[in-house]
Amino acid sequence: MNPRSMNAQHEQGRRKAPEMNGNRPMALETDMQAPSLDVREGVDRETVETVANMGSYKYGWDTDIEMDYAPKGLSEDIIRLISAKNEEPDWMTDWRLQAYRRWLQMAEPRWAMLRYPQIDYQDQFYYAKPKSMTQRPKSLEDVDPKLLATYEKLGIPLKEQMLLAGVEGAEAVSPGRRVAVDAVFDSVSVGTTFKAELAKAGVIFCSISEAIREHPDLVRKYLGSVVPQSDNFFATLNSAVFSDGSFVYIPPNTRCPMELSTYFRINAENTGQFERTLIIADKGSYVSYLEGCTAPKRDIAQLHAAVVEIVLLDDAEVKYSTVQNWFPGDEEGRGGIYNFVTKRADCRGARSRVMWTQVETGSAITWKYPSCLLRGDDSQGEFYSIAIANNMQQADTGTKMVHLGKRTRSRIVSKGISAGRAQNTYRGLVSMHPRATDSRNYTQCDSLLIGDRCGAHTVPYIEVKNNSSRVEHEATTSKVDDDQLFYCRSRGMDEEEAVALVVNGFCREVLQALPMEFAMEAQALVAISLEGSVG
Amino acid sequence: MAAPKPRGDLRAEITAARIAALDLPQGGFTAAARKEALARLQAMGLPTRRDEYWKYTDPTALTAPEAAPAAVLADDEPPVFGALDALKIVFVDGLFDAAASDDLSLAGIEISRLAEAGDIHWAKGLYGTLEAKGQVPVARPLAALNSAAASDGVLIRVTGRAPRPVELIYRHESEASDVILHHFVKIDPQAELTLLESGPGAARFNAVMEVDLGAGARFHHIRVQGRDHHRRAVTHLFARIAAGALFKSFTLTMNGALTRNEAVLDIAGDNAVAHVAGAVVGDAKTAPFHQDDTVFVTHDAVGCESRQVFKKVLKNGATGVFQGKILVRPGAQKTDGYQISQSLLLDGDSQFLAKPELEIYADDVKCSHGSTSGAIDETALFYLRSRGVPLAEAQSLLVLSFLADAIAEIEEAAIADAITQRLEGWLARRR
Repeated sequence: MNPRSMNAQHEQGRRKAPEMNGNRPMALETDMQAPSLDVREGVDRETVETVANMGSYKYGWDTDIEMDYAPKGLSEDIIRLISAKNEEPDWMTDWRLQAYRRWLQMAEPRWAMLRYPQIDYQDQFYYAKPKSMTQRPKSLEDVDPKLLATYEKLGIPLKEQMLLAGVEGAEAVSPGRRVAVDAVFDSVSVGTTFKAELAKAGVIFCSISEAIREHPDLVRKYLGSVVPQSDNFFATLNSAVFSDGSFVYIPPNTRCPMELSTYFRINAENTGQFERTLIIADKGSYVSYLEGCTAPKRDIAQLHAAVVEIVLLDDAEVKYSTVQNWFPGDEEGRGGIYNFVTKRADCRGARSRVMWTQVETGSAITWKYPSCLLRGDDSQGEFYSIAIANNMQQADTGTKMVHLGKRTRSRIVSKGISAGRAQNTYRGLVSMHPRATDSRNYTQCDSLLIGDRCGAHTVPYIEVKNNSSRVEHEATTSKVDDDQLFYCRSRGMDEEEAVALVVNGFCREVLQALPMEFAMEAQALVAISLEGSVG
Repeated sequence: MAAPKPRGDLRAEITAARIAALDLPQGGFTAAARKEALARLQAMGLPTRRDEYWKYTDPTALTAPEAAPAAVLADDEPPVFGALDALKIVFVDGLFDAAASDDLSLAGIEISRLAEAGDIHWAKGLYGTLEAKGQVPVARPLAALNSAAASDGVLIRVTGRAPRPVELIYRHESEASDVILHHFVKIDPQAELTLLESGPGAARFNAVMEVDLGAGARFHHIRVQGRDHHRRAVTHLFARIAAGALFKSFTLTMNGALTRNEAVLDIAGDNAVAHVAGAVVGDAKTAPFHQDDTVFVTHDAVGCESRQVFKKVLKNGATGVFQGKILVRPGAQKTDGYQISQSLLLDGDSQFLAKPELEIYADDVKCSHGSTSGAIDETALFYLRSRGVPLAEAQSLLVLSFLADAIAEIEEAAIADAITQRLEGWLARRR
C-alpha cells in the first residue's frame, strides 16, 4: 500500500496527468483507439489482446481534457459552489449543507475487513468538470471530441449514430438491441442518448443535475428517501458533495423500451467522484439498468463514494447490473480506486421486485453492500455477485435483505474469488422482522482461493424474528479443484485457460443473471482479472 | 475531518465500578497472573452493548457492579449424571462443599483447589495463559475479570487415562450469590479425561475453564447448565489442542435469563480434532430467556478438523444467539472446518440471531457453514399425526429429532441418554 495514497501536490484548476502516465506506456492504447471498435466486438479482441498483455488494465489511459476544478478541500463554500455550478434551487443547497453538517459529526467506519491509510478528505477535489462543458452543450455535436473519443475507447456507443450504424450493418451491434446511455465524466454527466425516444414512452432518463432543474417535484419527493442524508459516513459525504449522476423515472405500467446504461469514468487526478443515481419505477413498470465504471491508472489512490437509490412501487420490477472495473492498483498495491458505495432498493409497493447483479473486479478497496428493503407484501429481492480480488486488492462486499412485508422473498448468491495477496470478504445481513410472516430467504456464498497468500472471508448476519419464515444460509470455501484443472490440462489447455474455465464455471449462476451481452463482457473480465494469479 | 466521538467514557466508568466491587484474592501461586489479568481488564475495559461482539447480547447484567437476585428453583429431578460413577466436586454458590464432595485423592489423577494451592504448584506459569492468548483478535474482558478475581476452582492434571469421570456440581442456594470460578485442566500427552459439569452455579455466575491438551490427549466435556429461570451466566472455555489430540465439548442449556457461553479453541498441532456442540431449549414464559453461543476456532496447524454443531429450540419470545467463527491461519493447509447453527422457533415471538463467520488464509482447505431457522415442519407433523401420534407428542418427537445432531456429538451413550432424558422432561413439562 502506498501510505501517501490520498495526497497529492498539484495546483488547482490545471491538468497534469499525462506525465503521470508517461512512465508506464500502455501497449493497448493504440489498438483501443481504433475508431471502428465497439463494445460487443471488443469482447473477443480484448481477450486476445490481454492475453498478450498479461495483467494490464485496459482502461488505464487518461484523457487530456481541460478541466474546471473547484478549489481543493471541503467546506460549506465548496458545497455552495457545487450547488451553484449545477444551478440548483435553494432547497437542494440546504439539503446538501444539512448533510455536510451531519457528516462533520460522523466517524469513518472501520468495521470492514479492509486496510487502507487514513484518507485526507481535505486533500481532494470535489468538483471537476470538463471545460468544454462549462457551456452546457446543446447536443452531442457540441461535446468536446476528446471526450467522445474517451467514451469510444471505453466501448460505449455514446452517439446514437454509432448504434444506428450497427443496425445499418456497418458494425457488429446486434440489431434490435439498443441501449440508452448516460455518461458521467469525473463529476459531470456529459450526455444522454435516446432521450427523445424514451420521452415518447414517458420515461425520463437524464443526469440528476438536469432532473433537479427539470423535475424538481420528483427529485424532492424521492431523493434521500431510500438512503437518508445521514445514512452512513460515505453516503452522507455523497449527499453533501454529489455533483452528478443519473435519474430515471419509469411511469406506471410502462416497460422501458430499451436498457438504460450509465458509464462512469474518473479521469482527473486527485478527484473524488461522487455520483448519485435515483431510479423511480412507478406502479407496474419495468426497467433494466446497466452500470459500468473505469478509471485511469495512477500511482495514487482515488476516492469514489456513490449512492444509488431505487424506489419501486406496486408491481414494479428493476434489474440493476453493475460491472465495476475501476482501476485496481498495480501488483504492489500502488494506486487504485477506493470505492465506497451505498446502494439500496426500496420495494415500497406490493409484489415489486428488484434484482442486483454485480461483477466486482476493479478497485483497490471495495466497500459496497447493495441492499433491498422488502416493505411491500410479496415483494422480492435478489442479489447475485461475483467479486474478484487479485494482487493487493481488498473487497468487502455483500448485501442486506431486510424483510418487512409479508410473504417477501429474497435470494443471495455470492461468489468470491481471491488470488495473489488479495482479501475478499462477503458481508451480509438477512433480517426477518416480526411482521414479515411467511417470508423466505436463501443465501449461498462460495469462496474460491487461488494461491496460499490470499484470504477469503464470510461475515453473514442472520436475524430471524418470526417463526413462519424460513432462512437458509450456506457458505463454502475451497480451492480450484485439482481434478478439474488436470482434466482441462489434459485436453490441451494451458494452466491459465484452465483456471479461467473453472472459475467461470464457479461463477456461472451469477453470470447467467446478467443481461446477455453484459454476461459475455463479464466472463471475459473474469478471465482477465485473474491473469498472473497462476503459477 | 470529523473526530471520533468519545466513546471510552462509559466503558471506563463501568469497568472502574466493577473492579471497585471485586474482592481480589491476594498471594498464592497465581498472584502474578492475577495482576496481569487485572491489567488486561483495565486496558480492554468491560464490554458494552455497542461492541460488535456483543451486538446480539446485552452485557449490562454481567458487567454491573452488583448481581441481580435470582430465585432458586426447586429442582425435583434426580441429578443428571447420577447414574454415572463420577468423582463429585461440589460448589454451593461458589463455595467448596467438602462434605458433599468425594475425596479428591481418590480420583487417580491430580486434583487440587485453586483457593488452597500454595505458592508452588504445577499450574504456576499456566494459570491465565490460555485466557490471555484468547484475548486476541477479539477481546473477552469478562474472562480477564475472571482470571483476576476468581475465588476458587479446580486444578486438574491427568497423566494417564483417568479411571472415572470428574463431575463439577454447581449448586445455587442463595438468591443473591455472585460467583467467579476458574478451572485449569492439563492433560498430558496420550492421557484422557471426561469432565462433567452440572448446575446453575449462582444468581450470577462467571466461569472460566482453561484446557491444555498435550499431543494425542483426549478430552470429553459435557455440561448441563441449571434450570433456574432467573440466573445469569457467562462462561469461557479456552483450549489449546496439540498434535493428534481430541477435544470434544457439549453443552445443554435449559432456561436462564441470560447465558453466554464462549468457546475459544486454538488448534495448535497437526492432525488434531476439535468439536464443540450445544443444544438449547428456551422458554421465556416464566422469565426472559436469552442464550448466546459464541465460538472462535483458530486453525494454526496442518490437517486438522473442527466441527461446531449448535441447535436451539425457542419458545414464547425466547432469544437464541449464535456467533461462530472459523479462522484458518496462513499455512494451516488441509483444514476441514464445519459449522452448523440451526434454530427451531416454536412460535412467532421467538428470535434467532446468528453470525456464522469464516476467515480463511490458506487455500487447500474445506470449510463450510450452514445456518437455518424456521418452524416445525408441518408435513412431518402431519405424517406423525396421521399415524395416530397425538399432537403434543408428535411435536416433542420432532423437537428431539431436531436436536439429535448436537446430542450425537456426545461419544458415550450413557451420557447422551442422560441428556436426552433431561430434554424429554423439559418438553413433558410444557405439554
